[in-house]
Formats: sequence, structure tokens, C-alpha cells
Amino acid sequence: MAEVKLFGNWGSPFSCRIEIALKLKGVEYEFIEEDVYNDNKSPLLLKYNPVHKKIPVLLHNGKPICESVVILEYIDETWEGPSILPKDPYERAMARFWTKFLEEKCFPPMKQASWSTGEEQEKAKEEATELLKILEGTLSGKKFFGGDSIGMVDIVANFIAHWFIILQEITGLELLTHEKFPKLGQWLDDYLSCSIIKETLPPKDKLTASFQARIQAATTSK
Amino acid sequence: MAEELKLFRTWSSPFALRVVHALKIKGLEYETIFEDLSSKSASLLQYNPVNKKVPVLVHNGKAICESLVILEYIDETWKQCPLLPRDPYEKAKARFWAKFGDEKLFSSIGNVLISQGKEQEEAIAAAVQNLKLIEEQLQEKKFFGGETIGYLDIAFGWTANLISILEEIMDLKLVDEEKFPVLSAWMHNFSDDPVIKQCWPPRDKLVVKFQAMRESHLKTVLSQ
Repeated sequence: MAEVKLFGNWGSPFSCRIEIALKLKGVEYEFIEEDVYNDNKSPLLLKYNPVHKKIPVLLHNGKPICESVVILEYIDETWEGPSILPKDPYERAMARFWTKFLEEKCFPPMKQASWSTGEEQEKAKEEATELLKILEGTLSGKKFFGGDSIGMVDIVANFIAHWFIILQEITGLELLTHEKFPKLGQWLDDYLSCSIIKETLPPKDKLTASFQARIQAATTSK
Repeated sequence: MAEELKLFRTWSSPFALRVVHALKIKGLEYETIFEDLSSKSASLLQYNPVNKKVPVLVHNGKAICESLVILEYIDETWKQCPLLPRDPYEKAKARFWAKFGDEKLFSSIGNVLISQGKEQEEAIAAAVQNLKLIEEQLQEKKFFGGETIGYLDIAFGWTANLISILEEIMDLKLVDEEKFPVLSAWMHNFSDDPVIKQCWPPRDKLVVKFQAMRESHLKTVLSQ
């Protein structure tokens, strides 16, 4: 019998990506909570991901797969069900390109804008705004980045839909608003109303409290 | 319909070279457009407006950017001489190590080039550790892909060429044949493959380029 385990953390946008993908495919799995934020990683995690020592790790019939985007592609290739990546090679290339764009270009300044202050924050805000404009452009004529239904880019953009929006609310940052980015704003609404997304995202209040605690700890340690 | 394939590249980009390798292995005809990155062509900016980089592959007017994305596109579009393994788990491993190569190994080798003294010693230690992981992945295979060159060989291809150039410039040894018997053998096998061999950029030009890069970096550090 197929055995699927996922090493993750309740608050991690990365392991959440994998949970969404597994649920989309209707795959039953065991979730193993790793206390990564307190650097309290289990021996099993270190065994299955000796190179990076990070979550998420998917264990399928005893074989570990690491790196969330690699895992997403593995899930799409292994199980039947709604496609995470398109079938057409050019569309697949676009999905992979925009995934890389999100991870390597968008997320770092968005995080920086959320956690920094002063000039550093202003610079990050400017950079993030330019990148969000590019992202807004890709949604032209589409409900989701994946088209009519959510795909890999939408799943990876999880961070924007939930974590970043919460950080915005806490910090008072107004980088991504419906007024400034109507298409992204609509995408947020549509994405967050998907039942699989709603049931998989970590609870907003728990995440808010966790972010607030981190901000407190950062300010008191200065 | 005749396929129209264009590759935007520079003479030295190791990432663009990956695409050259893949196209040649697949036996595909294509047009090369050499770019001067200090003065990018209107075409390049049109085809890669987001990153404005090479390589860009244009297939029947559609542009694909990012070398590893292009490799997968080539493999999925032309089925002869498969580059990626068929098995999803083996494919996942190949993708994982290609990512490791780009995110960890490349910068760790680069750090050796742009540092000196104690900083360089630390950079060498980090690079060697990463190279050991690659050595372990090869096990006793001729290529990462098995008997023939595949996706991961192409992804790591830059090591077979650039590491020895950096070793020459800095008069040090990163991939010692005794410490890295498998990786050393792979570098020879990959470099000497008839398809790969014809693609290497001129070595003397690369030596000059990286020498200049090193000197410029060290000068910047000194002036800080």
C-alpha cells in the first residue's frame, strides 16, 4: 500500500504548498510536525534531508523528495487527478518560469518590506511594487495564474495570498491593495475562496499571533 | 511547418552553454544570436523583458527563458535522446541536484574566485564540501544520467570546464583526482564527449575573462 508522509510545519508556506497539492490529487498522507522555528529538527528530518535539513520533505514509500517545487512536480507526475502543471510544454515552461520569478525575485523584497524599517524598507517596497506590477500583468484574461483552475504558480503564490496579506495587516504596509492591483486583488479573493485552499491554510489568528510574537522578540532584542 | 529555433546567448555564459549542449544532443538545427550584455539587443529585451538575460530560446516565435526551464522544454518537445529520467523519483532527484548546483555549488565556486587569504580558505572549504556531495551522487556511474549524458550532466557541465580554469588562474586545486576520483573521471568523460567537446568557448579567452573578474573584485574589496 502506498505510504505518504509529509514533514512540515503548521505555519510554513512551503509545506502548505505540498498539502494543497496532495489534497488536490486526493492523496491521503500523514503530516509530521517539525519544530523548525525553534531549530528543534527531528533525527528523521535530518536523515531524509541531510543536504538542506529543511522542510518540506515528502516521503513516498520510504523515498524522500526534498525542495517544495521539486515535490510539486513529483506529485503531479505520480498521481492522477487535477493537473498542477499544464500539459503543453510551452505552458509548462511558463509555469516553471513564473514559479522561479515568484521565489527568486518577488518574495525576498516582499519579506524585506515586511520585516525591515527605514531606508531598507523603502527600497524593498519600491522593488516589490515593480515586481507586483509584472505579476499583475500575467493575470490578464485569467482567473488564476494556472488559467481556469489553480496550478503550480497559484500554489507557490500562497505566500502572497495569506502570509504576506497578514504581515501587511500587522505592519500597516499597503503594498498590495485591490486599488493598486485590481487583478491580483481579484486573484486573492478567488484563490482564498477555493475550498481546498480554505481548509489547508493555517488559521489566520494563529499565524497573526506567531508573527506578532516574532516582531516583539525582534524589537525587544535591539 | 519548418521549426524556427533561435538561441540568444553570449560566447561565455555557462548557462547558455547548457542549452547549446541540449540542442546538439537532440540533433536540432538552430540560429545563434550572440549578445553583448553591456548593450542588449531590442530582440533580447522583447523576448526576456522580465530578467533581460541570456539564454533565451525562441521556438516558432515563443520565448522560453531560464536555462533549466529551457532544458525541460527541449526535452518535452523533442522526444529523441531523452535528457531527464522517465521515473518520477529519479526525475525529482535530478531536479533537486540541478537546483543545488545553481543555488549552492555555483556561488561557492564563485566565492573562491573573488576572495583571497583566510576568506578564500573558508570559501575553498565550503566549495569542497559541496563538491563531495556531487561526487557521492555520481557513485560509480559514467554520467549522472547513467550511460549517456542527461539533464544533470548538462546542468553540472560548467564544472567540467570552469573549475580547471579557476584552478589555473589561482594556482590551486579544487577537484583533486585522488580526493575526487569519480568527479574527475566524470569531468573528463563529459568534456571529451564528441558533442560537448565542439561547444566549449575558447579557453584562453575564458582565462582572461575570469582573471579580470578576480582582479576587479579584489580591487573593489581593497578600496572599501
